[in-house]
Amino acid sequence: MRGIAKAFGRNRALDAVDLSVGPGEVHALVGENGAGKSTLMKVLSGAHAPDAGTMRLDGRPYAPRDPQEARRSGVGMIYQELAVAPHLSVAENLVLGAEPRRGPIFDRAAARRLAREVLAGLGHGDIDVDAPAGSLSISRLQIVEIGRSLALGCRVIVFDEPTSSLAQEDVRRLFSLIDGLAARGISVIVITHFLEEVRRLASRLTVLRDGRSVATHRVAEVDDARIVAEMVGRDVADLYPRSPRTPGEVALRASVPGRGSLEVRRGEVLGICGLVGSGRTELLRGIFGLDPGGSREVAGRPLASRPRDAWSAGIGMVSENRKEEGLALALGIGDNICLPNLRALGRAGLVSPSERSRRAARWIEELGIRCQGPDQPVGRLSGGNQQKAALARLLEADCDILLLDEPTRGIDIAAKARIYQAIDRLVTDPARPRAVVMVSSYLPELLGTCDRIAVMGRGGLGPARPVADVTAERLMAEATA
Amino acid sequence: MNDTSAPTRADLPRLLAALGPLLALALVWLGFGVLEQRLNPGSGLLDAAIFSRQAVADIVQQSVVIGIGALGMTFIIVAGGIDLSVGSAIALCSVVAAKLALAGQAAGIVVLGTLGAGLAIGLLIGLLVVRAGLIPFITTLGMLLVLRGGALALADSQPINVQEAGWLRFWLNGLPAGLEWLVIPPGGWLMLGLAALASLTLRHTVFGRQVFAVGSNEATARLCGVAVDRVKLAVYGLGGVFAAVAGLMLASNQGQGDPTAASGYELDIIAAVVIGGASLSGGVGTILGSLIGALVMTVIRVGCGLNGIDESTTRIVTGVIIVIAVAVDRLRGRAAAA
Repeated sequence: MRGIAKAFGRNRALDAVDLSVGPGEVHALVGENGAGKSTLMKVLSGAHAPDAGTMRLDGRPYAPRDPQEARRSGVGMIYQELAVAPHLSVAENLVLGAEPRRGPIFDRAAARRLAREVLAGLGHGDIDVDAPAGSLSISRLQIVEIGRSLALGCRVIVFDEPTSSLAQEDVRRLFSLIDGLAARGISVIVITHFLEEVRRLASRLTVLRDGRSVATHRVAEVDDARIVAEMVGRDVADLYPRSPRTPGEVALRASVPGRGSLEVRRGEVLGICGLVGSGRTELLRGIFGLDPGGSREVAGRPLASRPRDAWSAGIGMVSENRKEEGLALALGIGDNICLPNLRALGRAGLVSPSERSRRAARWIEELGIRCQGPDQPVGRLSGGNQQKAALARLLEADCDILLLDEPTRGIDIAAKARIYQAIDRLVTDPARPRAVVMVSSYLPELLGTCDRIAVMGRGGLGPARPVADVTAERLMAEATA
Repeated sequence: MNDTSAPTRADLPRLLAALGPLLALALVWLGFGVLEQRLNPGSGLLDAAIFSRQAVADIVQQSVVIGIGALGMTFIIVAGGIDLSVGSAIALCSVVAAKLALAGQAAGIVVLGTLGAGLAIGLLIGLLVVRAGLIPFITTLGMLLVLRGGALALADSQPINVQEAGWLRFWLNGLPAGLEWLVIPPGGWLMLGLAALASLTLRHTVFGRQVFAVGSNEATARLCGVAVDRVKLAVYGLGGVFAAVAGLMLASNQGQGDPTAASGYELDIIAAVVIGGASLSGGVGTILGSLIGALVMTVIRVGCGLNGIDESTTRIVTGVIIVIAVAVDRLRGRAAAA
C-alpha cells in the first residue's frame, strides 16, 4: 500500500500511509485509538475505497470494490467483534458467502468436508462442524473465522485486536496458530495495543499516528520507549504516576459468597489480578449489588444491596463492558455522567440542561475528553474518551469508593495515562483521600498503580499483599494455578 | 477519529433531527395544496381547500385520538418497549366512559373512572413485562385481543350512545358554537396542552431522562442505580392514562362508546411515533416529532379526501410516506455517524 489517504468529510482519517508486508511475515500495526489503524484495514479489506494511493497484491494492482471482492482476491479480515451467524452451524458459517453448490442446491456434504479439512489444518479438528456456531466459545469462533478466510484461499489475513476478549490460555493458542499461518507463507497483519504481543508475534511493525505511517521497524531493533514515543508523538515519561500514599481508615469491607472478601482503605488502590472468567467481575458486581448475595460495610456500617444504595453511600462502579453495560451510547456525555444523580440537576424532579452541560464540561476539561460538546452521543467518541466519560460519572457523583473493572481495556496509551493520573489524584487527595479497587488482567498496570494486590484464583480471592512483595511472574503463576 | 471534525458538522444533523418531522409535515401539506391547484387550474395556491380554516380544524380533529395515543406511545418506545394493545385500550376506555355517562354519573366521575381504567390497563401490562419478564411485543399482542374482548363484553357488543352528555361532546365535535375563535376543536387544544406537558416531562425531568437511559441501555441504567423496573411500570401506566384520554376523545367525537372502534389504531399510533423520529430499539424520540407524525398521517388522509383520491390510493400513499420517513431517518442517522 502506498500513499493511502481517506477522508470522511473534512475529517482526514488517513493521510499518506505506506505499508508493505511480505509473504509469511507477521506485521504488527500499532497506534493510539483514532490513529487510523481500523480505517487503513478497512481500505485494505475493501470496506472503504481510498481517496488516493495505490495498493498492489502479489505485484498486481489491487482495488477491491467491497469486502466480498477483497476476500476473493485473497485478503481476509478477522474483526474484533466476530462476524458469525449464531444459529447456523460451524460448517455453514465457514463457507458463508462462498457456499459450495451443485447448480442452485447448497452442497452440505462438501461444506462439511471443507470445514473439517480446514479446521484440522488449523489443529482444531475437534470442533464439531455441525454444532451451531452460537454454542462455541469466543476463541473457537475466532478459529472458525480464520478457517473462513483460509477456505477462500486468502493469502493475507488481518487481525483486528485479536486478543481483546480472549483468556490467557486461548491467547497462547492463537499465537501459535498465527505462527503456523506465517509458516505456511500467509501474510498476517495484526492490529494491537499491546507491545508484548508485538514482540511475541511480529517480525516488523508499523506505527500509525494521526493517519500517517510514522515509522516501520524490525521488532528486534527497537525498544518499547521508542515505539510508545512514536505512537503518542512525545515522550511519556511516567505512565504510572505514584504520589506518596498514606492509607487511612477502612472505607469498605465486603464479601461475596464463593468469590471472597476484601477490605480497602482510604488513600490506597487495591488491585485484583485475575484471568477472564476467574470470577473477579462477579466479585465486583456482588460488592456493588448488581448481583445478589454479597454483603458490604461502608465505614463500619452495613449497607443494603442495590446499586442505588451503593451510589448514595458513595460507592461507584465502572463496568468492564462499556458498550453493553457501562454507557448508554445513544445518550449525550452529560446524561451519561449525571445519570446516577439526576436529582442534583434541578429542583422538584426537573433536570436543567444548562446545569447538566456545566457539570459535564468540567469533567470534559479535567479529564481531557475529546468531543464536540456535552450533548454529543457517547457512542460517537473513541474508546478512550468513552472510558473517561465512564470514570467521570464516578467523579461527578463524588464517590468515596471507586470500583473499577478493567478501566483501561482497549484504550490508547494517552487515555490510559489520563486515567492512571486521575486515580492517583483521587487516592492522594489531601482533603478526602478516596479508596479504589481496580480489577485488571494487565499486570504492568496493576503493578504500576496499586498499593496492594490480591489474586483471584480458582479458590476465590487470595490475600492482598503490598505491591513491593509481588512480581509479575508470581502473580501470573498464582492466577493460572 | 470523529472527535476532530468541526462542531458545525455535528450541529447540522441535530438541527435536521429537530426540524426534520416539521419539514416533512410542511412538505406534505404544501404538496396537497399544489396538487389541488393542478387539479383546479386558475385558483391560487393559498385558496386551496386544504389551507382553509375548515380543513385545519378537520385535520386537527381527526388527529386528536391518534395524537394523544402517540404521546403515551412515545414514552413507551423511548423506554425500549412497545404497546400493540393501545387501540383496544382506547376502545375499552371509550366504552367505560360511555357506560359511566349513561349511568348518569357526573362528568368528574366519568373522567376519573376512565382514567383509572386506563391506568389499570397500563399497569397490568407493565407488571406482565416487569415482573413476569415477558417480551412487550408478545404481551401486548395478547392484550390487544384481551382488551378488545373485554370492551365487547362490557358493551354487550353494542355501541353505547352518549349524545346526551353534552360536556363530553363539547371536546371533539367540531368547533362549538360561539367558540369559533378557538380555530381548532377544544380537544385539539387539549392534545397540544398534554403534548407540552409530556414533552417537558420527557426532556426535562429526572423521570424523563431515566426513561431515555432505560431505553438506550438498560444495563447502564441499572449500573447507575436507576430503578429500571419502576421506570418501565410507570411508562406503561402513563401509556394507559393517555389511552384513556384518547378513549374519552373518541367517545366525544363519535357520540358513542363503540367497542369495535379504534381497531388498527395501534399501527397508526406507532407509525406516528416512528415518523416523528423515534427508534424502535429505544433511547431516541421526541413528543413534538410524534405529534407531527400523527398530523402528517391525517394531512394525507384529509388531503386525499379533498382531492377525490380513493381509499385504496390513500392507504398506499400513507404507507409509502411511512417508509420514506423511516428511510430518511436512517440516512440522517448515517450522516450523523460518519
